[in-house]
Amino acid sequence: MVNLKINGVAVSVPEGSTILQAAKAANVRIPTLCYLKDVQCVGSCRMCLVEATGARGLVTACTYPVSEGMEVRTNTPRVRKSRKTTVELILSTHKKKCLSCARSMNCELQKLALEYNAEEDRFGTDHDLKPIDDLSASVVRDNSKCVMCTRCVAACEKQTISAIGPKNRGYAKVIGSPFDVSLAFTPCVNCGQCVVACPVGALYEKSAVADVWGAIVNPEKEVVFFTAPSVRATLGEAFGLPVGTNVEGKMVAAIKQLGDVKCFNMDVTADLTIMEEATELLTRLEKGGATPMFTSCCPGWIKFAEHYYPELLPNISTCKSPQEMFSALLKTYYCEKNGINPENLYVVSVIPCTAKKFEVSRDELGHYTDAALTTRELAKMIKEAGIDFVNIADAQFDTPFGEASGAGAIFGATGGVMEAALRTAAYKLGGSGAPLEYNEVRGTQGIKEAEYVVGKATVKVAVASGLGNARRLIEDIKSGAKNYTFVEIMACPGGCINGGGQPYVHDEIRNNIDLQALRAQALYDSDRDNSVRRSHENPVIDALYNDFLEKPNSHKAHKLLHTTYHKREKY
Amino acid sequence: MSQTIFEGTREQMQALSDCIAAHRGQAGALMPVLHEAQNIYGYLPAEVQQTIAEGLNVPLAEVYGVATFYSQFSLSPKGKHQISVCLGTACYVKGSDKILEAVEKELRISCGDCTPDKKFSIESCRCVGACGLAPVMIIDGEVYGKLSPDDVAGILDKYIKD
Repeated sequence: MVNLKINGVAVSVPEGSTILQAAKAANVRIPTLCYLKDVQCVGSCRMCLVEATGARGLVTACTYPVSEGMEVRTNTPRVRKSRKTTVELILSTHKKKCLSCARSMNCELQKLALEYNAEEDRFGTDHDLKPIDDLSASVVRDNSKCVMCTRCVAACEKQTISAIGPKNRGYAKVIGSPFDVSLAFTPCVNCGQCVVACPVGALYEKSAVADVWGAIVNPEKEVVFFTAPSVRATLGEAFGLPVGTNVEGKMVAAIKQLGDVKCFNMDVTADLTIMEEATELLTRLEKGGATPMFTSCCPGWIKFAEHYYPELLPNISTCKSPQEMFSALLKTYYCEKNGINPENLYVVSVIPCTAKKFEVSRDELGHYTDAALTTRELAKMIKEAGIDFVNIADAQFDTPFGEASGAGAIFGATGGVMEAALRTAAYKLGGSGAPLEYNEVRGTQGIKEAEYVVGKATVKVAVASGLGNARRLIEDIKSGAKNYTFVEIMACPGGCINGGGQPYVHDEIRNNIDLQALRAQALYDSDRDNSVRRSHENPVIDALYNDFLEKPNSHKAHKLLHTTYHKREKY
Repeated sequence: MSQTIFEGTREQMQALSDCIAAHRGQAGALMPVLHEAQNIYGYLPAEVQQTIAEGLNVPLAEVYGVATFYSQFSLSPKGKHQISVCLGTACYVKGSDKILEAVEKELRISCGDCTPDKKFSIESCRCVGACGLAPVMIIDGEVYGKLSPDDVAGILDKYIKD
C-alpha cells in the first residue's frame, strides 16, 4: 500500500493507483472529461490537473501514479484557474447552441462550465461550423460540438472496429471516418457505444420521435408500442431514479398516456426466440448443420459478422431478432385477429439500441417495424407529453402480448439468452427437475464459458459481450483452441442493459459504479419474482403456436420469424 | 484532396506488398510502410491506404489518421514539376503568402493539390535556409528568391512550355 495525503486527508491505496483513484478513496472529487472507466485513460483534456509534491507543474490525476508520502492539492487557486481556462478554451471552438442541444441539461461540458464559472466567450466564438453527418441509420455526428476527448474513438477501438478516428492536425483536426466518407459507408455496426461515451452533444441517435408523434395523431393509424426487456431497467434513470430501478409499470402507464396507443411486452418474442432457436439448435445437432451455433438477437453482432467473419454466417441462427419477430407477428397475426389493415398499423419498438434503427431498414426483414425508438427517445417523448413519470400509477401491458417468462426478461443482459435457452432445453430433455439458474453464464465478464449436462448430452457453451471479446472468442474457435455447441454474442459490453440507446450516464457516475451489473440486477430480480421462468411455459407462446404458427420452425414460422445474412465489404 | 484517378503499375503493387510483408507483425510498422508507399507512388492514394490497412491488420481510420497528421505525407499526387513556396517566418514577413496565392491563381489549383494534367503540384514548406533571399519559392530543386507576385507568371511560363 502507498500512503499519501490529498488535501490534507491521509489515504492509503494499492501501489500503482492513480491520483484519481486515491482521491476517490479519500472522498475528494476531481473533475474529468476525457477519462472514462474501462474505455479511455490518456490524460489529454487537462481537466483533472492537480498539484502533487515531487511533480513538475500540474499533473493529470487520471494517469499520474501515487507515491509514498505524496501530498496532493486539488483545490488551489492555480488548479482552479487552470481548469477554468481549459473549459474556456474548449468552449472557444464549441458550437454553444445549448438550448436546442440533444444533451442540454445533461452535458458534461455544460456542468464543468458552470462549476468553474467559465466565461463562455473569453476566447471568442469565431469558428467554422463543420458539416453534420446524418447519413447513418443510427448515429448522427455534429463535429461543431465535438470537444476532442476521443472517448468515442476509444469506445469504437474497444469494439475492435475503429470506424472512426482523429483526422488531420491542429485546428483542422476532426473526429470521423476516413476520407470524409460518412459513417454510413464504413464497417460501423451501429452499436452506439460512441454515443453513450460522448460527454457532449456531438453524437446522438437518428431520431424517430417526430415520426412517432405524427403516427399517434394520424386518425388512420393504429399505433402499437412494444418495449424491449432492458428498457424497464434503465428508463427511470432519465427521470432521476437510481440506477437499477425497474420501472416496468410506470413505463407502460407513461406510454399509454402518449396517446391512443397499445403497449406490448417484447419479452414475449424473447420467449418465442428461445422456442425457435432451441429447435433450430437441436435440428442442427441431429441433422449435422453448422456448429457452434451463434445467437442472432443482436443486430450489432450480425453486421459485425457480415463485415469481419462472413465465413461464420452459416453458423448464426436464422432467427430474426425479438424486435423483428414481434413486428412480423403484429403485421400478420395481430392484424388478422383484429381485422386491421396492416398498412394502418404503426409499429413502434422501444429498444436500448441504436443498431436496431439500422435493423429496421434491412430489406430481408420485410420492413415490419415502422419506427425504433431508443430508451432516450422514449424518455424525451414522455417529458414532451408533460407526464409526471416518477409519480404515475403503474399500468400493465396490453393483451395478447403482455405476459412473458422471466427467461424473456433476462435477454437484456449478457448471458441472458444463453440461460433462457438452457432452461428450456434442460426441461425438454431432462424434465421438470432440471435446473433453472445458470450462474456461470451470468455476470459482466467479457467472456464466459460453461459446460452443462442437458438431458444425456454435454453441452459446451460460451457467452461474449463487447465485440472485442467476441472477436477474441471467435479467433479461438477458428483456430481450434476452443470448441462449443452454442455461443451467445451481444455487441455492447454487458449486453443490452448497456446499449447505445440507453440513458446518458455522466462520467462521474459511470466511473464510480458498476453500471452494467446494477442495471442487469433489475432484470434478474424481475426474473426471480416471475412465477413463469421458462420460455415454453409462457401461455402466450402456447396460444401463438396453437392459433397461428403451428409449431417451432414450421413453414409459417420460417417465413415470418427467420431471416438471411450476407457478406459486407469493409470499405 | 484532388480528384485525380489512381493509376498504379504492377511493379508498384509488388513493391508495396513486399514492403508490407517485410513489416507485418512488427510494432510500429505503419510509419515505415507509409514512408515506403509514398516513395513508391509519390503520394498515398486511398487505394494504397486500404491495402496497407488490410495488409498490416490496422484499422483504416488509423492509417488515414497518421497519413493526415504528418505534413510530410501527401494524399495528392505530385506533379512533374513540384513547386514549394516557403511560408517560414522570414519569407512570410516578406509576403510569401502573396506568392503562394499567385501560384495558386496561375495554375488554378490549391496548395497541396496537383493539376489535372499532372504537370504541376504545389505545396508549402517551412524555411529552406535561404532567408536572405526571402520570399523564396523552389521548383524542382531550383530556388527563386526575392520574388514579387508579378514574377510568378513569367517563371511558371518556362515550365509550362517545357
